[in-house]
Amino acid sequence: MSKARHSLTRTGLVHLALIGYAVISIFPVFLTLINSMKDRNAIFRNPMQVPTFETFDLVGYTTVLGQGDFATYFQNSFIVTVVSIALVLLFGAMAAFALSEYRFRGNMLMGLYLAIGIMIPIRLGTVAILQGMVATGLVNTLTALVLVYTAQGIPLAVFILSEFMRTVSDDLKNAGRIDGLSEYSIFFRLVLPLVRPAMATVAVFTMIPIWNDLWFPLILAPSEATKTVTLGSQIFIGQFVTNWNAVLAALSLAILPVLVLYFIFSRQLIRGITSGAVK
Amino acid sequence: MTDIPSSHDATGLIKRPKRWHIGVFLLPAFIVYSAVMILPLIETLRLSLFNTVDGQSTFVGLGNFKVLFGDERWSEDFWNALKNNVIFFIIHMLVQNPIGVALAAMLSIQKLRFAAFYRTAIFLPTLLSFVIVGFIWKLILSPIWGVSPYLMDLVGLKSFFSPWLGKPNSALIAVSLISVWQYVGIPMMLIYAALLNIPEEVIEAAECDGVTGWSQFWKIKLPLILPAIGIISILTFVGNFNAFDLVYTVQGALAGPDGATDILGTLLYRTFFGFQLQLGDRSMGATIATVMFLIILAGVSLYLFVIQRRIRRYQF
Repeated sequence: MSKARHSLTRTGLVHLALIGYAVISIFPVFLTLINSMKDRNAIFRNPMQVPTFETFDLVGYTTVLGQGDFATYFQNSFIVTVVSIALVLLFGAMAAFALSEYRFRGNMLMGLYLAIGIMIPIRLGTVAILQGMVATGLVNTLTALVLVYTAQGIPLAVFILSEFMRTVSDDLKNAGRIDGLSEYSIFFRLVLPLVRPAMATVAVFTMIPIWNDLWFPLILAPSEATKTVTLGSQIFIGQFVTNWNAVLAALSLAILPVLVLYFIFSRQLIRGITSGAVK
Repeated sequence: MTDIPSSHDATGLIKRPKRWHIGVFLLPAFIVYSAVMILPLIETLRLSLFNTVDGQSTFVGLGNFKVLFGDERWSEDFWNALKNNVIFFIIHMLVQNPIGVALAAMLSIQKLRFAAFYRTAIFLPTLLSFVIVGFIWKLILSPIWGVSPYLMDLVGLKSFFSPWLGKPNSALIAVSLISVWQYVGIPMMLIYAALLNIPEEVIEAAECDGVTGWSQFWKIKLPLILPAIGIISILTFVGNFNAFDLVYTVQGALAGPDGATDILGTLLYRTFFGFQLQLGDRSMGATIATVMFLIILAGVSLYLFVIQRRIRRYQF
């Protein structure tokens, strides 16, 4: 009896601690969202209150949408992220297939070479990357960003995908070979569909740092036409520091896509992590 | 690197056709990765040995490093940034990783209700961009808005409030804790995964021997998740010595107040790009990047060749 009560208190304390930390995690986001929909006075007088009928005001959003080129920024971020992920997945899966399927001289060496990028951040090469982009005339283009993010994403993609491709049965591939499929069709038609779950995991892991990156857009593509959402909101907020309505609205607009994506992909993401994809 | 390896049969008598497809599969990844990542990295390391003398790029050996470590124009900034970066890392190790382990330990309790909700909520900040995180916390900690004083008043601590981000001796701690807030989800998830991978039988055996609760965590689970703790430590190390974005969004490129939050990433940005009156300097930028590279390389090697080999792994 006493033991049962003991474990009940313990569970209670665990819940208390977890709720406490969950509140700390969510509170800042919540605070931003509710205040972005209030008028200026209410923001300052009563920051903790949810917008009521009297204090509800969308002036911040109208300022943001009227002033900044947020539609362009979103489009840029979207293009860069989607194209980079597609290239990372395609190139990464091809290399992973070559490394896990065939035995050839230099296999091990190539694997190690591609693994360097998991630990060494690409950012350290910025000086020379900028030089190269200037030389090839790619500065202030989205291509520059796509190239950098593709190179950045390939190492982890190869690592995770080759682990998964080792689990695809040899019999299946050999049956394909006997039926006269070329190595390319074996890869595209047999292996790729089977590693789709792993590809989704890689996609999610690759997506977050690309969407949120500030360093490379700031250095490689700071022009008005190529700004990403992250850089755009950084600059916008910098200019509107004193207009709290606009700042809070801009922050909320930047949070929303991440929230939506998170709710779509969170199961995939968590399953990916807990299944040991990143061990 | 072998792009298109020619393969001979072991006997050497029967010659197999060249397997071009291996090259085709490897080539795109190899080219992009080499051209955009590895070659620029090598070029950056090379540039750190050159400097502009009389408008000409000249080989100066380790001259740039001598300037960075010893010259009074540079060394003060550099050692300050390095010291701050070390403090930044220590705070992460002492606060972020223990909290992450504790949260994971609580989440992995069997039949815990709402576990999925807690997991989702705690992982959320990790997905937000630095811009969002930086500005939200700037607003919350701002004395003008008064959210933090109000909250501290609720628990009777109002007198302890001060504008932490604006004071030189508390700014670095405040920024580090913001970063901890953002990233605690990563150690939590990795440790959580490691805890889930511990087989039932081990836990049941421990329970049969009367090892439960706290002592079960310390004596059974913790040794089993040590490899995962090693991984989160090295990830934290690499991430921290490469950090830039959060300091830039919270404190700007000057990493104020008075350089109190300057870390290697922001120093690299200012040096390479120039800021306000300071002109950009490519060679010194490359030199700082090289120092960061060497620090990260040292950390990763220490982990791979010393720590990882000492940690006992248990096979089930």
